[in-house]
Amino acid sequence: MNVVVDLNRCQGYAQCAFLAPEVFTMHGEESLLYHPVVPDGQLEQVRRAAVACPVQAIVMGEEAGAGAR
Amino acid sequence: MHGEPRDGRIVIVGASLTGLRAAEKLREEGFTGSLTLVGEEPQPPYDRPPLSKQVLLGKVPAGHTGLPQRRELDAQWKLGVRATGLDPIEKRVLLADGAEVPFDRLLIATGTRARRWPHPAEGALDGVFTLRTSDEARRLAERLDAGPRRVLVIGAGFTGSEIASACRERGLAVTVAERGPAPLVGALGGTLGALAAKLQRAHGVDLRCGVTVTALEGDGRLTGAQFSDGTRIDADIAVVALGAVRNTEWLVESGLAAGPRGVTCDAGCRAFDMYGIVTDDIFAAGDVARFPHPLFEYQLLSLEHWGNAVAQAEVAAHNMVNPGPRRRPHLTVPAFWSSQFGLNIKSVGVPTFSDQVVIAQGSLKDARLVAVYGYRGRVTAAVSVNQARSLEYYQRLIETAAPFPPAPGAADQIESPDPVPSDVPDPKLLSHGPTVALTGHLPDRRLTVVQPAR
Repeated sequence: MNVVVDLNRCQGYAQCAFLAPEVFTMHGEESLLYHPVVPDGQLEQVRRAAVACPVQAIVMGEEAGAGAR
Repeated sequence: MHGEPRDGRIVIVGASLTGLRAAEKLREEGFTGSLTLVGEEPQPPYDRPPLSKQVLLGKVPAGHTGLPQRRELDAQWKLGVRATGLDPIEKRVLLADGAEVPFDRLLIATGTRARRWPHPAEGALDGVFTLRTSDEARRLAERLDAGPRRVLVIGAGFTGSEIASACRERGLAVTVAERGPAPLVGALGGTLGALAAKLQRAHGVDLRCGVTVTALEGDGRLTGAQFSDGTRIDADIAVVALGAVRNTEWLVESGLAAGPRGVTCDAGCRAFDMYGIVTDDIFAAGDVARFPHPLFEYQLLSLEHWGNAVAQAEVAAHNMVNPGPRRRPHLTVPAFWSSQFGLNIKSVGVPTFSDQVVIAQGSLKDARLVAVYGYRGRVTAAVSVNQARSLEYYQRLIETAAPFPPAPGAADQIESPDPVPSDVPDPKLLSHGPTVALTGHLPDRRLTVVQPAR
């Protein structure tokens, strides 16, 4: 499972960094860094973070074109 | 076209963010025909913004920025093969491996590539890099891991500045060479450029503005660089961050209005041919597209923004499978972000489309502010530094062509309320010249011939 954050939308509310700190971390006051490949065992936390994001900036899904490699 | 617009064969050339989002949107809109994505890189679509941030910082491996897909695509992927030509009469895309892919409708989403160092021999020195692809990011991150004594970054636009920021965060010595008077000045103008220069120096960057790199030195391996002011430095790594080149060469004989500035299309993403006549079944979107935006006097914009790629891909896809009256214009207000030296910089509108700028909230001293840009008395852009939540308000001012300078808002106002010249470079000076030339005089002999890039 992969994740991408629309950082035009993101306003640094940091809900995701609170709910899934292994995947989302704040860098400086309002910049967000994240791991696009969700590690095993973090899926539920990331799902919760995606739902909780006040601006709905987190997109989750299977890695695109994974079968095409 | 094969019957209904929701049937037939659609080919997307370019398998990155734009191609992926367009493919998803096509299926979402009920396209049931065959869908093929052609991509030059062997990897499936991946996200590029993390390459100059998470990846260079060593927090995320370069191969781990794959994009999630939002739905099943039922697509045929042709990855690791470049498109080399387009035959618009027979309606087929020619590939580097000799294959031909027929289409009923085509989306051009070939994006850009990093501009190379102009001297091939110097550019081939071990230690000279560009940063655009996942592979380039991986190799550069590996070399940063090895602890170079000094990194030279050539060009202080957004990518160059982010690279310099990542290097400083790793504790590496960095020299930045910028031809202009300050970092980011080409995109944000003089006021924020001056702030960026101050910040880079405060973070220990050896920033040299108003100079160009005249030579990269080395014998097989990079050892240093010479500058136009006569100075030189030792450096193990040089990152060439001189902007992007649009991938349009494969279209040179296609008869489309494709050149160094991109593929010109209408607001509905339909590509123009080189006579300026809109095509019916060839569309363009993303970094490679050049389109008129009503908010900016219908000027043709080419944007290299993540958000534009997504929005334009969706408009193009919608218009590819809907009849004329249901087609939509691409009217998104341009927006982008950058993260560097601990700051979150976000922009809406087109800052270069301006003659004046005013600090509407916050202050330069605190490096927390919103700069609002105006053109002939109306708001055309806003840039926030560590104040992203204010930006939406200014986006609405841009959308409604609100008067500039904006009326004093509810927020604090520390800086002078008086606008100053925005000092953005005159785009005419950046011009690459016309990409076509006219010949002939009689109306039926009037022809357009493609002018190669100079």
